[in-house]
Amino acid sequence: MTESSIVAPRRGVPIWAQIIIWVFLVGLLAIVAAGLRRAQQGTVQPGQVIKNFTLPLYSGYDLGGKSEIHLEDLRGKVVVINFWASWCKPCEQEAAEMQQAWTEYEPTGKVVFLGVDYVDTEPEARVYLKKFGITYTNGPDLATRISQYFRIKGVPETYFVDQDGVLQYVQIGPFTSIDQIRAQIDPLLKQRD
Amino acid sequence: MKALYSSQSLPITDPKLLLAILFALFLGFIANFTASAQGPTPTDDEVNRIAKQLYCPVCESTPLDVCPTEACRQWRDLIRTMLSDGKSEAEIKQYFVEQYGARVLAEPPNRLVAYLVPAVAILLGALLLFRGFRMWMKPSITEAGAVKPDAKPSQDPYVARLEEELKKRK
Repeated sequence: MTESSIVAPRRGVPIWAQIIIWVFLVGLLAIVAAGLRRAQQGTVQPGQVIKNFTLPLYSGYDLGGKSEIHLEDLRGKVVVINFWASWCKPCEQEAAEMQQAWTEYEPTGKVVFLGVDYVDTEPEARVYLKKFGITYTNGPDLATRISQYFRIKGVPETYFVDQDGVLQYVQIGPFTSIDQIRAQIDPLLKQRD
Repeated sequence: MKALYSSQSLPITDPKLLLAILFALFLGFIANFTASAQGPTPTDDEVNRIAKQLYCPVCESTPLDVCPTEACRQWRDLIRTMLSDGKSEAEIKQYFVEQYGARVLAEPPNRLVAYLVPAVAILLGALLLFRGFRMWMKPSITEAGAVKPDAKPSQDPYVARLEEELKKRK
């Protein structure tokens, strides 16, 4: 046997360890990719069916005596979901318009306004609601589950969901007039009349 | 009008004055009772001890104790109120997690996976590096014996020069 024909067993990383390492690396990359994709996605887009969520309600701001509301229960109505917070100054710009719009649409029974209070404290939230005379349904976004689903970028943001639960329009930032709100709700009501 | 009490022991003869004193004592008792039920007002240090373990989700990576926003000020006030109400540190943190999600915690919740995965990843990485370095440092016998002692010098001038350099370094 010549010297050159000696073949030493190559001791490398065992196959099971290689598999684990590769699976781990691929998994890590998948998580990073999913995070990046989510960050670049922006908010939920019009045309998307909004999945059901539950909003616990502040006492005094309930809907038909219910202490929490499920989006599914509001099918057949136009739902205006407004994310706000008491510490948010731009929210104050639209507070009066939102309440005025609610006063207009409430008697029709075809529109529901949901105020979703984002990372706020209840005492401050109540002061805010009282200050602007807000009477429509309001509640805290517990553990930011709802805002995470909508992938909101800040407050205020308002989402208009039609009678079939499909998102029709997203307003980023405050409304500057009540006409802007009407311009989104009226067509949704007309298409069902 | 007769004195209510003997003037020797309590020189108060006017019933109105006595009533006023009793009323003042009653108010003092109520105030003291309320204060003891709420506990003393927590100091800033006590509030910040909990606040620095929480992060505001509104601001990017800013601990609550140094966060200058209005939202954080409200949260610190809430911590102060909860401390006054006799809530423990754990109860306050639990409340914040329920209200705003686990991401407000400076340290991840005590879940095994949160600590196990990084440890396992570091161990695997260290093992991989160790094995890799060992392989590079110890060339296999095949590689060492690949050059025959009687091998003719290469005709390629570059290879010949390389072999010459290698011989010099031995």
